[in-house]
Amino acid sequence: MADPGVETKNLVSIILARRGRKKWHWTDIFSYTYLALGIFLMFGPVLWLGMSSFKTRAGLLEFPPTFFPLGQIELQVEGYEKPLLLFDVKMDDGSTRQLAQIRRIGIVSQMVDPKNPGEKFKIPIDQRTKVREFRMAWENYRDPLERFNFLLFLKNSVVVTVVATLVTLLINSMAAYGLSIYEFRGRNAIMLFVIGTLMIPITVIMVPVYLVVTNLGMVNSLWAVILPGAATPTGVFLLRQYMLTIPKELIEAARMDNASEWTIFSKVVLPLAMPAIAVLAIFSVMWRWNEFLWPLIVLNRTEVYTLQVGLNAFQGELDVQWHYILAMTVVTLIPVALVFAFLQKFITTGIASSGMK
Amino acid sequence: MTKNTDQPAAVKNTAVSIAGWPIQQVFRLLEYPFSKIQRGVGIQGMPWIFLLPNLIFFGIFVIIPLFINFAFSFTGGTELFLSNRVYTGTEQYRFLLDCKTFGDPITCREDRFWKGLYNTFIFVFFQVSFLVLFSLITALILNREIRGRGFFRAVFFFPVLLSPVVVALIWKWILLRDGILNAFLVSIGMDKILFFVSPEWAMFWAVFVSIWAHMGFYTLILLAGLQAIQPDLYEAAEMDGTSKERVFWRITLPLLWPNLLVVVVLALIKGVQVFDEVFVLTGGGPGTATQFIVQYIYNTGFTEQVQNFGLASAASIVLGVILFVLTMLQLAVTRARDNG
Repeated sequence: MADPGVETKNLVSIILARRGRKKWHWTDIFSYTYLALGIFLMFGPVLWLGMSSFKTRAGLLEFPPTFFPLGQIELQVEGYEKPLLLFDVKMDDGSTRQLAQIRRIGIVSQMVDPKNPGEKFKIPIDQRTKVREFRMAWENYRDPLERFNFLLFLKNSVVVTVVATLVTLLINSMAAYGLSIYEFRGRNAIMLFVIGTLMIPITVIMVPVYLVVTNLGMVNSLWAVILPGAATPTGVFLLRQYMLTIPKELIEAARMDNASEWTIFSKVVLPLAMPAIAVLAIFSVMWRWNEFLWPLIVLNRTEVYTLQVGLNAFQGELDVQWHYILAMTVVTLIPVALVFAFLQKFITTGIASSGMK
Repeated sequence: MTKNTDQPAAVKNTAVSIAGWPIQQVFRLLEYPFSKIQRGVGIQGMPWIFLLPNLIFFGIFVIIPLFINFAFSFTGGTELFLSNRVYTGTEQYRFLLDCKTFGDPITCREDRFWKGLYNTFIFVFFQVSFLVLFSLITALILNREIRGRGFFRAVFFFPVLLSPVVVALIWKWILLRDGILNAFLVSIGMDKILFFVSPEWAMFWAVFVSIWAHMGFYTLILLAGLQAIQPDLYEAAEMDGTSKERVFWRITLPLLWPNLLVVVVLALIKGVQVFDEVFVLTGGGPGTATQFIVQYIYNTGFTEQVQNFGLASAASIVLGVILFVLTMLQLAVTRARDNG
């Protein structure tokens, strides 16, 4: 039989083994502690949101909260319209019975035996404990879809994201083509102009853009959200830098074959620029899906709210319905989580190479 | 990580082929008008044709508003349309900038503006310093030979993609009176803290949450900077038996310095414009404790009973001036980094 002490020692040395037989340094311990804390701090809140979103309204009010969504069992008892809450009750004779609560008056609750509905008790509330079961409150997700405008908000957000991204990709790639393939007088001036607009954030021109949007009759329509941000300088810049790397010979050859400029753009340059276009598409989808301040300003009617504005309106209500808000927050988060799960590499290299988000 | 590299490519290919068909049809439809135009303007005119849509958008939604903004700030009244507004000269600015002592918002005529400015200053000071500090630490750790580096990078990065509303709601749910954090405090024998009632705590969490949400972005930029440092420098230092601390101060930090400056200025530019997360998290409260300059503009122009567009414009021009200075700084440090 092997000595267990040797085994643990081996295990420890395997875990602590390092490439190149370097010694452990205080920074190693610091690093792993930091990373462990990092996981807890970065994932914890999202996990807690997910768990909480499956709790019933009553479950959310519990203090201290439980980690898993535990719901108190509710029973349909003969002679009572609404389902009653089930408790474990310590009886006076020391035995424990499961009773359902009819109503609570101060510190005494009136209870009934679910098996024998005729038998009623008056029990001090400190003698009862809730009977719970693991239960996912799917109704948190179902109800907002049916009862509120949530489905409408979702649709608005999808429309804004898709249309705005398509418009952005089309006009940005056209502009980038114009700025990268041709050499013409004024090209540098236009490039400077594009970089200049990069530096004018919406926060500085909110009021006059609102005036423009009102003048165009777009307030309270989704166009008011889609159009102002469509011509992103970031996108023009990103695509142009990429298109500059396309060999000039390709374009010359296409021109020799009498291809029109539009054909060269759509059949030669665009397919080659796909990696950059994909990065811009991902960015644009995320910008639009997450956009908040501008929609908040131009969308004042519930019918045109996007998810973000709708969520904010829900959480600002007097009677905050957290069980719905949490579920809707999870739904809002899902598309972004999917994009991240599949396209993480694209996004991180896109950011690292352009320094923009 | 090799397994994951072809996964996005596959997803991309299917996505491209599904979305591609209608897009191809659109391009085919545009073929005819564009060849007509080309016949008209010639090949020399085509770049302008390609630039036109984008320039029109820039013109309508950026350049024209920029000029209107100035015009607005010199007018008064509540009318939205410029032609109906009264010219008031520099009155909005005089009202906005009228202070007995500039250090104390209460002595100003428009104390809310100054409170917003003052709050923004405090926020930016703490947010940017700790944001850069933690991004640097995280980037340094992720640059080491650790197991599961890709995973950890994702852990710190994912909040960047979350919407500010989602971020704020996640944390609001934790920080509520009966939230999990207070449950923890009670369980270790402390009293509950009403985080959104105390001005100091509200500011603390505004800073904290915004660092939580944006750290990944700056970490990524610093990580790219760290990976650009020549490995032979480290190898040479190791040969000489240089201590790790010394390597950090003498090699890593000086070589990362240009990137660090860029990150600081970028964070400053973003920080001055803070609004979304904090607005949903605290609503600017308690009172005006976490009300920042963008929220002042938003409130003045859009939520007050009397919509004061002139004052909001004047305030946004003040913000614009601050951002302009920071942007010039950004250009300078970026140029220094890319040239040196």
